[in-house]
Amino acid sequence: MPALSDLPKVETASPFIRLSNVSKSYARGGTELIAVSDVSFEIAAGEFVSLVGPSGCGKTTVLKILAGLHPHTQGEVSIGTPATPFTPGRDVGMVFQQAMLLKWRTILDNVLLPAEILGLPRKECIERAHELLAMVGLKGFETQHPYQLSGGMQQRAAIARALIHDPKLLLMDEPFGALDALTRDKMNLELLNIWRKSGKTIVFVTHDIPEAVFLGTRAIVLTARPARMCDNIPILLPPDRTLDIRTHESFGSYARKIYQLLDVA
Amino acid sequence: MSDAPVASQAALRFPENPSSWHSVAIFASRYGYAIASHLLILLVWQLVVVSGSVPSFILPSPQATLATLADPSYRWFSNTMTTAAEVYGGYTLGAATAIVLALLFSWVRSLEKLTMPAVVSFNMIPKVAMGPLMIVWFKYGIGPNMLIAFSICFFPILLTSLRGLREVDPDLLDLVNSLNGSRWQLFIKIQLPSALPYIFSGMKVGAILAVAGAIVGEFLGSDRGLGYLMMQVQVGLDTPAMFMALLLITLVGMSLYGVVLLLERLLVTRDARLV
Repeated sequence: MPALSDLPKVETASPFIRLSNVSKSYARGGTELIAVSDVSFEIAAGEFVSLVGPSGCGKTTVLKILAGLHPHTQGEVSIGTPATPFTPGRDVGMVFQQAMLLKWRTILDNVLLPAEILGLPRKECIERAHELLAMVGLKGFETQHPYQLSGGMQQRAAIARALIHDPKLLLMDEPFGALDALTRDKMNLELLNIWRKSGKTIVFVTHDIPEAVFLGTRAIVLTARPARMCDNIPILLPPDRTLDIRTHESFGSYARKIYQLLDVA
Repeated sequence: MSDAPVASQAALRFPENPSSWHSVAIFASRYGYAIASHLLILLVWQLVVVSGSVPSFILPSPQATLATLADPSYRWFSNTMTTAAEVYGGYTLGAATAIVLALLFSWVRSLEKLTMPAVVSFNMIPKVAMGPLMIVWFKYGIGPNMLIAFSICFFPILLTSLRGLREVDPDLLDLVNSLNGSRWQLFIKIQLPSALPYIFSGMKVGAILAVAGAIVGEFLGSDRGLGYLMMQVQVGLDTPAMFMALLLITLVGMSLYGVVLLLERLLVTRDARLV
């Protein structure tokens, strides 16, 4: 175990993302349905934040508010700092539970989709796509179609696609939820690798508590329906984690704490 | 490795090889069963005829059927061309109208709400029953038969196309919207290509219906075409010619179906095809 001084220093003076008292409600059939209630947190640039809570608690809604897809009904959302400016509708990369690759496109062309939508110069993007595919371990699969790849490989391609336009913020919605346990472990390790290499700010939604602890520099715990802030726990584990950290005592105590917060302990 | 590539389809293909034996082997492996099953039907047909248990005016022999081709009085070529023109014309019109309408409906929801109920009601009218009216309106000829073919194949294509255009996954919609993608980008990059398998499944059903429509039109009132010919030779119990006409109608239908399959192969990735 590295000493405590090796732990990543998180700059909190000027947060990259700031949510203060954000609520979101829908009008459905005359009644008001509250999906997110009074959620506040701050995320510094370059952090990896796990958004953890029970299934269907509104985590995804929080993520979509961050992506600018859902307007929030109350509170304030601000993303970006003078040092790391953020352009809405440009600086977001999204990864979903399903890879959502386009069946009729090759892996390379799938990765290029966001670049096409943004109208980025194609030649440079193709170069970048090759680099990204190599980074996610898909070198040599550029001309294959999605059906020729396993679920884990498709999800890697989806991660490459989310990074092609070099977004400042990567939003991931239970991206490994549909994978088997072994593939999932492997993807977790690789995602940490990608995060360290790319320096992106990542918000990672999951209902898997060990996964949230393993990946995050911080875990934001939400309670169910509507999503309310429950806790905001810095996870002081070294950034170059390996799977055996899960047997470490401090890992256990973080996980136990979240289990207790969510009343499943 | 837990996520090794799934068995590559490419490995099943034969390598490129100029030798003719090789291409024969590919042909046989691809079409062998289809050819065998058709030959089997021909064999059974011949055996039944040879056994003498069925009179020849009920079931003519394959040879007698084939022999009718030599008789110029049937005017096989021009009759086949007439039917083909009705089938292809009606079908092209039907598919084009259905796809354009589906696009319009998917863009303008209120247009669909206004038009769709009328289209559904119209579709409930048996097209065969429209035949006599068509003759009154348009007289005999290729035109009205084409219209019957059109009206009968149009609806299934409209339905499946509409369904396909609506099948955009919400996550993909989010992906495009999170990048401020335009509606046109969504349509051309995601909506249309993902609708193509649905459009083609409707087009395959429609291809079969279009043939039926054209022939029914010729039965009801026409002065040429294979359906017209069948009605003519029926009077004289000329079953070999009826068989031949049936065969040619089938070939016209198969050629249309083949064109649709070819188009699908060109436009839709194998994995995405529905039927």
